[in-house]
Amino acid sequence: MTRHLQLTEQGKLKHFLTIEGLDRELLTEILDTAESFVGMSEHQVKKVPLLRGKTIVNLFFENSTRTRTTFELAATRLSADVLNMDIARSATSKGESLLDTIRNLEAMQVDMFVVRHALSGAAHFIAQQVAPHISVINAGDGQHAHPTQAMLDMFTIRQYKKQFAGLKVAIVGDILHSRVARSQILALNALGVAEVRVIAPKTLLPAQVKTMGVTPIHDMDEGLADVDVVIMLRLQKERMNSAFLPSESEFFRCFGLTEAKLQRAKSDAIVMHPGPINRGVEIASSVADGSQSVILQQVSNGVAVRMAIMSMAMQSGGTA
Amino acid sequence: MSRIKIENGRIVDPANGIDAIGSLYISGGKIVAVGAALADFDAEQTIDAAGQVVCPGFVDLSVRLREPGQTQKGNIQSETRAALAAGVTSLCLPPDTKPCIDTPAVVEYIKDKAEQAGYAQVYSIGALTQRLDGNELSTMFALKQAGCIAVGNASAPLGNLLILRRAMEYASSHNLLLMFRANEASLSGKGCAHEGAVASRYGLPGIPEAAESIALAQCLELAELTGCRVHFSQISCKQSVIKIQQAKKYGLNVTADVAIHQLHLTENDIEPFDSNYHVMPPLRAAIDRQYLREALANGTVDAICSDHQPHDLDAKLGAFPETESGVAALETLLPLTLALTGQHRIGLAQALAGLTCNPARIMGLAAGTLAIGANADVCIFDPALVWRVERPAWLSAGCNTPYWGRELIGRVTHTLQAGRVAYRLQQPAATNRA
Repeated sequence: MTRHLQLTEQGKLKHFLTIEGLDRELLTEILDTAESFVGMSEHQVKKVPLLRGKTIVNLFFENSTRTRTTFELAATRLSADVLNMDIARSATSKGESLLDTIRNLEAMQVDMFVVRHALSGAAHFIAQQVAPHISVINAGDGQHAHPTQAMLDMFTIRQYKKQFAGLKVAIVGDILHSRVARSQILALNALGVAEVRVIAPKTLLPAQVKTMGVTPIHDMDEGLADVDVVIMLRLQKERMNSAFLPSESEFFRCFGLTEAKLQRAKSDAIVMHPGPINRGVEIASSVADGSQSVILQQVSNGVAVRMAIMSMAMQSGGTA
Repeated sequence: MSRIKIENGRIVDPANGIDAIGSLYISGGKIVAVGAALADFDAEQTIDAAGQVVCPGFVDLSVRLREPGQTQKGNIQSETRAALAAGVTSLCLPPDTKPCIDTPAVVEYIKDKAEQAGYAQVYSIGALTQRLDGNELSTMFALKQAGCIAVGNASAPLGNLLILRRAMEYASSHNLLLMFRANEASLSGKGCAHEGAVASRYGLPGIPEAAESIALAQCLELAELTGCRVHFSQISCKQSVIKIQQAKKYGLNVTADVAIHQLHLTENDIEPFDSNYHVMPPLRAAIDRQYLREALANGTVDAICSDHQPHDLDAKLGAFPETESGVAALETLLPLTLALTGQHRIGLAQALAGLTCNPARIMGLAAGTLAIGANADVCIFDPALVWRVERPAWLSAGCNTPYWGRELIGRVTHTLQAGRVAYRLQQPAATNRA
């Protein structure tokens, strides 16, 4: 269903809602396309005319400065016109339904929606409802998916590790609430890594997490042994009062990434984090700023990867 | 009242152990003979039921009519009419109407509306607590006097176990059955899907089986303490089946029903984010479905209900977690029940018992039987008629079903209510038979 919804009859990307249903070839095409945009930021004119005349709406039902900014920058560099809609403070707060909001914007002849929403499945719903010429990019829905973040993470891994085959990857922290982790797991498996481990206490792991194609581990020393990539996740502090954890300090003691714990990983292992990071909660500053950290590189790659996805989605519809 | 002869049909009456080809004779709204020919019966109307099954009208233990209060989703007229088209001649209305059924006035309103509609017989379930708030006991005796045949709190949580205990004691003082929807709200929280592989993958807030089985276990303990007769509504999981089985073996006076969709669908059938699959309790794992089917076969589960919950379009338009739960299920009740027969050790008579005499027995209703002298509530269905679930064939105002576009086998052709042909299928031009 998701494959059918996301791809055109020719198998090209129409919407980008989830990694599920997308094969290795398409994911690699996204990474290769992003590669071609990487050097652009160093050019004097940081723009290509691929989406000139197109209107992209950043439809953020949930606050996010960083993600919205990278989408905006990506769209601008593709020469599109960008509208930023802070929906949380506008129409829906007056009782307008999600569908009516979409219909109104659609009537303004836009070409793409970049959607962030607090509920899983919201981007799917919008993609099912919009006019045929409109593409929808999921910028994070509930606890379901954040596929562009996952792809920029894959791009970063490929930059440092060259290939995915044989890699052991550990994802550490609040897997339960993380849409990023779900998308990363799907992408890593689709791209053919050797093993994906998820390291967390049981309170922060989804039910039957093994069915997602991962190895659950509750001990950092065991989980980090010989891994090539360590992906730390933000501990969602807003969940801390719901009896998921006794305290931040105990979490850091057990699952926080310190230099000592990182020693268990391969010596050339890279440390990633989708941000924003909580220093001293899930990661020590010495690691976040250390030589193995590629956290800022992830941020830089975000623009190129989102440019790739936006341009591919718009061009597949023949509207670009 | 006319004299009606239904001839050549396969008469299946689980209440009386009948399964034979024969005729059914109706006069004065009552059944006057079954099988054997009545020499001096002068039928004013004869229905040829050759190739069809003639059985008691169905007794559905949970049907939302959306009136009073939510008539944009359906009303007593539309939904009781849909019920008759589904073979349902008696139905139980849970108390979560708006206002809820916590005063005799609401019971009277529903009674009047149902009588005006003149379709399926409606039996109100009274609220267990005032406003269904879970804190103050309702005026159960007054509700019983007004016509409520049982009490329950629908899906609304109770404040604490002491309130449940007191409510059960009070209900049993007035010999009222408690219809209990087992759900420990602190465990189910804001969940919208079974806490399993599918919810994990799609990031949907999960509801563990324990949310149901723990609440059910607590209620069983209190049933023993209070002596209250309890019916567990719409159970969904393996652990509930095991606990009910043990309780029955132990001698507790408890019964249970299952919603028909739980006997067919699992979490794996959910089309990602399709709100038509948003139901409460949620669609569980394959092992739960297996236990439910076995429980129906071995009698642990007594009855099948539609758990009909019609919705308007808006209720189902949105991201999955924000949509309203429930399926408009009356009209798919029979074919989905028939689909269970011939497999899972469930015979036709046993399946029909789950729709007729068993629910009638649970509720203490003089229905669900073709016994001589009983009200002539009769369902005639063609077990081989193939039909497609689509709008022209749909009578409920609710348009929320996961079966849209699907071909199902088995369809009601006639429904008789108190000896009157209250529904007759308009035969499609081309009829397919399986």
